[in-house]
Amino acid sequence: MSVTQEYLAQALNQPAWYQRLGAYDWLFGLFVLIGVGYAYSDFRHLMDAYEVGILFASGAGLIAFGWFWKPMRGLTIAVALLSLAAIGLYGDELARGEQNFFLKFLISSQSAIMWMSALYVLATLTYWFALAIRSDFAGRTATAMTWCATTMGWVGLMVRWRESYLISHDVGHIPVSNLYEVFILFALITAMLYLHYERRYANRNLGAFVLTVVSAAVAFLLWYTFDRGAHEIQPLVPALQSYWMKIHVPANFVGYGAFALAAMIGVAYLLVERRPEGFLGRAMPTLTQMDDLMYKSIALGFAFFTIATVLGAMWAAEAWGGYWSWDPKETWALIVWLNYAAWLHLRLTKGWRGKPLAWWAIVGLFVTLFAFVGVNMFLSGLHSYGTL
Amino acid sequence: MSTEIRPTPRPRRLGDILLEFLGSMNLAISLLVVIGIASAIGTVLKQNEPYNNYKIKFGDFWFEVFRSLDLYDIYGSNWFLLLLGFLLLSTSVCVARNAPRMLHEMRTFRFNVQEKSLRAFHHHDEWHSHAPHAELVEAATALMGHAGYRVKGDRDGAVTTLAGLRGMAGRIGYILSHTAIVVICLGGLLDGNIPLKLAEFSGELKPELRDMPANEVPAISTLGTDNHSFRGSVSIPEGARANFVFLQLRDGYLKQELPFTVALQDFRIEHYSTGMPKSFESDLIIYDDQNPDAEPLHQTIRVNHPLIYNGYAIYQSSFSDGGSKLKLAAWSFDAPEAEPFIIDSAVNRSVDLETPRGDRRLELTEFKAFNIFPLPEGDPSGKKHRNYGPSITFKVRRPNGTAFEYQNYMLPIEQDGARYYLTGMRATPSDQFGFLHLPLDRKGSLERFMHFLARVHDRERLNAAIANETSSAVGDERAEQVNGAIAHLAELFLDQGIDALIAEMEEKVEPEQRQAALDAYIKVIQGVFGTLYLEVLEEEGIDLSQDVTAADTRFFDDSMTALSTLAPYGSPFYLELKSFEQVEASGLQITKSPGKDIVYLGSALLIAGIFFMFYLHPRKLWLRIVPDGDGSRLLLAGNSVRNHADFDAEFDKLRAQLRRASGAGDLGATADERGTAV
Ligand code: HEM
Repeated sequence: MSVTQEYLAQALNQPAWYQRLGAYDWLFGLFVLIGVGYAYSDFRHLMDAYEVGILFASGAGLIAFGWFWKPMRGLTIAVALLSLAAIGLYGDELARGEQNFFLKFLISSQSAIMWMSALYVLATLTYWFALAIRSDFAGRTATAMTWCATTMGWVGLMVRWRESYLISHDVGHIPVSNLYEVFILFALITAMLYLHYERRYANRNLGAFVLTVVSAAVAFLLWYTFDRGAHEIQPLVPALQSYWMKIHVPANFVGYGAFALAAMIGVAYLLVERRPEGFLGRAMPTLTQMDDLMYKSIALGFAFFTIATVLGAMWAAEAWGGYWSWDPKETWALIVWLNYAAWLHLRLTKGWRGKPLAWWAIVGLFVTLFAFVGVNMFLSGLHSYGTL
Repeated sequence: MSTEIRPTPRPRRLGDILLEFLGSMNLAISLLVVIGIASAIGTVLKQNEPYNNYKIKFGDFWFEVFRSLDLYDIYGSNWFLLLLGFLLLSTSVCVARNAPRMLHEMRTFRFNVQEKSLRAFHHHDEWHSHAPHAELVEAATALMGHAGYRVKGDRDGAVTTLAGLRGMAGRIGYILSHTAIVVICLGGLLDGNIPLKLAEFSGELKPELRDMPANEVPAISTLGTDNHSFRGSVSIPEGARANFVFLQLRDGYLKQELPFTVALQDFRIEHYSTGMPKSFESDLIIYDDQNPDAEPLHQTIRVNHPLIYNGYAIYQSSFSDGGSKLKLAAWSFDAPEAEPFIIDSAVNRSVDLETPRGDRRLELTEFKAFNIFPLPEGDPSGKKHRNYGPSITFKVRRPNGTAFEYQNYMLPIEQDGARYYLTGMRATPSDQFGFLHLPLDRKGSLERFMHFLARVHDRERLNAAIANETSSAVGDERAEQVNGAIAHLAELFLDQGIDALIAEMEEKVEPEQRQAALDAYIKVIQGVFGTLYLEVLEEEGIDLSQDVTAADTRFFDDSMTALSTLAPYGSPFYLELKSFEQVEASGLQITKSPGKDIVYLGSALLIAGIFFMFYLHPRKLWLRIVPDGDGSRLLLAGNSVRNHADFDAEFDKLRAQLRRASGAGDLGATADERGTAV
């Protein structure tokens, strides 16, 4: 008997990655390209060379992202269409936000963000409910709600971007400039990271934990809106008027989101670890899976956080005249970074696993939170435009 | 692991032990944590404040303790640098020890692994095939290659061993990222303050603590143009120039000379409607001092758009007043009839004045061309903000060194039709300003208020008014007593304010009668002052046979309010801003940081390294094909440094493929049975 040639041929003849892309993938690519082309032709005069670079790179990144993680395609298209609808309804009059029914109740940035908030909180409750009664249907509902919330959140940010230009041309800016805006970004990114792993591991029960931290962010956001009026769009101080903001801030929030995800997995891990065969333990992914997920999440967060910190240093060099000034925000970024570097070493070189690292990841979230909110609240420095 | 090469034991020398310690993971992790904590302390305790602030905050004892620990300048302290130095050493030793091994491992296909070792791997499988040896080798090479492995074969007699490596660039990731840490630290050190520390230690350099003009800074506090790295700042008024910057050093500063001169031709600032700065920029002219014949460089810089000039970077960092010229009129509260005293001065200057209350030094600290504040929601104007016009801030210092700070607005404010000068006062910089409203007469001047003030201070007129009020005949002893008491209260009111009046009441009058007594006194004082006020109106030529107009009545009420707080106001005069000529100053930051590019290079290495490490997992496979009866026995084993979960799946897939290709049928074994030979 010889080697089964036809099997070998079949095994070796697997299509290359681009051959595995379907019509939807190509259409999606085309859709993004058209969007980028439109943005370029219409807004070229408003952008400097770096911003044009960022535009094209984000387009390419979005296509790659959609191909790698398929649900991203639907999300992108839904967000684009809803945002375009809102922009169309606004025309060039901000006041329509109060007059037009759809804007007022659905897709003006403020309404969309309220929808996002409500849906995230509902999704959290539903995830817990699904976990408690072991209902697959409830679980799927929770996932659907999380998707809808995420869509509305992105629409909120996109429309807010446009609204800022409607207020006045010189006020216009990308909505990642203050604590209010980045909290939305944080909720969105954390939720999306979770959705990605949910699909990958085909287990919805971590959702209850992860969405809890998203809901906490939403609670803060609501307090911040109603108590402090933080949702008002403010113009940018000169130091923030830079293309660096467009890359530095989002990179940071991928990091924060991933760290938050890791911490919530840590919580789940600790609970399951106490009684692996208990009510909770039977529903959750295995301890090894959670441990692995925690590592992956921290690794991703660490990588992006490193990029963000380096970008931040480069921006600081351009805006403040020094790449490192030991400003509190900078210093806390370093602390967060050192903390997770220690975590990674414990795991990879000392072979630690499980419980102590889960605890460490949870403490890490508090360190991260301090870097992200606490510094703005309690310490003053060059980053003081983010004050509460 | 496959890399266990045990050296023959030999006596350990001190050097070895030291290297062992420096390269140890425990030290590395401890350093990461300790540096993290030390950095945190530096953010909680505000760094590099004036030392006096710390003294006030902690008291003398703790101030000294913290100072000896360098807690006011942690990031520049010796012990912090030492920690960073250890991290640098530790990482270098770590890389130096691991890199050669890793580089070797990346390139080396090891064939002479014992079967026993292969079977000891967590991932292994063994089965039998009837396929010819050569075909098996070919098929396995192809499949392993297809799965992303670099494959090499080795034939030893009838036995073939295939070895596969994948993701070995992850090892490069380790080397890149850890070398990067070293590179970044070195770059940072190059820009750090070690040379300054040494110079200070050897006594060549001493920070200057006193405020003085730049050209008077002594040589021992001056750094020459040969200093290779610094970060300093300087404020240049429009039309002025500078060829130096100041470096802050703990509670003092150093003067850093530059090989060029920066002249500020023009400074421009734009604002949003909220009054917040929108952009500011400076038109600079740079003269090369080493080459005076060279054409000067004209360049505009703004925030986020610095100028790089011969290795120096010039940043727009702030703005301030560059000595705006001010024309001021001082209205004395002590000599209200006198013409206001005109002062021509400028911001950042001080003027010595003689006043009836003694010498005072007027320090002009700030001029603002406008003051925009939000209006309450639903303001009838429909606007959200309002500009209250120019203001000045100044201090009035008494001979004993204490001072109150004042803020005066140039334009009167209008409230319900009446106009006032607004002047704020505070005793310490941490207080809010408390505001005094000085009423203005019909001409928009302080004159009437001053006349009124003069009258109430005139003892004779005051007494006459009191007598008039109590309608007592001169010589009546009891009435004189009453009048004396009223005069005393009026003076108390004028000299010490309404609060002093109330305090005195509280001392002298029983609690039950206090309110009634106070009301009575206020009524009397109102009456007395009202009489005096009417005299002022009469002097102005107002016909008093008509009723006093509402505006004039209101003026009286406002004047009384102002009088009641004039005493605590503290200044012997009101300073009216007559005119100004604004001069702005641009705050520049000038740096030379040769380490910057090194740090950037390190950062690029770091990012590349981290992605390599996280997303390229070194994996190894072995397939041994041994003739066995009429066919071959295949032994497959694999090993992954990390990401065992992912490797599980990958190994299973490859195993299934190899089994099928070798005709051993579909995978029978489950994960638990893995390793049982077929
Ligand atoms: C600021 C200092 C350091 C940082 C930021 C840092 C960062 C990292 C990171 C991010 C990883 C990768 C973890 C992963 O693959 O998930 C790693 C791995 C590692 N680090 Fe460090 N490290 C530092 C210092 C050190 C020092 C001083 C040593 C030596 C004692 C060391 C030894 C190692 C080793 C042996 C690995 C495992 C490499 C591998 O298995 O591929 N690191 N480090």
